[in-house]
Amino acid sequence: MTAQSILALGSILTAGFTMAVGAVGAALGESRIGAAGMDALARQPDEAGAITRNQFVALAMVESTAIFCLVISLVLLFANPYVSGGG
Amino acid sequence: MSPDLFGDPVLVWLGPFPLTRTMVTSAAISAILIVVAALLARAILRRDDSRMAALGRLTFRFLRDLVRDAAGEEWPALEAFAGSLFLFIAAAAVVGQLPGVPAPTSNLAATSALAVLVFLAVPLAGIRARGVGGYFKHYLKPNPLLLPLHIISELSRTVALSLRLFGNMMSGHLVVALIVALAGFFVPVPLMALDLLIGLLQAYIFTILASVYVGAAIRVGEES
Repeated sequence: MTAQSILALGSILTAGFTMAVGAVGAALGESRIGAAGMDALARQPDEAGAITRNQFVALAMVESTAIFCLVISLVLLFANPYVSGGG
Repeated sequence: MSPDLFGDPVLVWLGPFPLTRTMVTSAAISAILIVVAALLARAILRRDDSRMAALGRLTFRFLRDLVRDAAGEEWPALEAFAGSLFLFIAAAAVVGQLPGVPAPTSNLAATSALAVLVFLAVPLAGIRARGVGGYFKHYLKPNPLLLPLHIISELSRTVALSLRLFGNMMSGHLVVALIVALAGFFVPVPLMALDLLIGLLQAYIFTILASVYVGAAIRVGEES
């Protein structure tokens, strides 16, 4: 195996690992937000608008960590500066 | 397969300046939005009871309530700024569903430009509301030691704003492209609907976050 193929192999494995670990954290956080939002909606149906709005904002904030992982893994796969074949 | 996710194809060279696809699509979206807004405004001025006037009123009221609830303050300049951001990002998400026309917001440079606008709007609004001294004093509160943390938080939220929009829009297009390559026609339609929903949701979230950041700058020093 040449240095280039070792680099490519490492990049591919790391991209998959990044996405897997990043998705776990975001999924756990979003499930808690969803559960808390449902709970608040059941307690105070009158405040549905404000609860839903704030819930979406919180979901987007948590989701962005997974999106950062996605961007990093896509950089590793398609725009890797160290692998001559990619990017 | 090596899709060009991070680059931007140059359409025409105007002398030394490249004219890229993102520039063309975003300029076209802005032009369409300006024309539609002018038509709606004319309808409101001339025929107050027409459907166009009702559409214009509904849109304006939706954006105004959205920004006012998020910022917690009446501030017409902020309503215009954040409302324009919403309309642009939402129109970009809709335009991105056209075949062969990628959304300008699936380019990192375009989303960074939008985030930089928000980054610049925060101190401008704060200075206009509180004066130069009144605004910049909050960087030294509660302790001057926290000045680096204030600066880092402003920079990191700008980067997060741009990367969140870019990642969401670009990943939607990537998923649709992969499904088209694997399965062919009509299979990606539900995913395109999801992509459209995510794009509109991201426009909503970008607007709310921009309003919250600017609103916090306007209210600097009120709590103390």
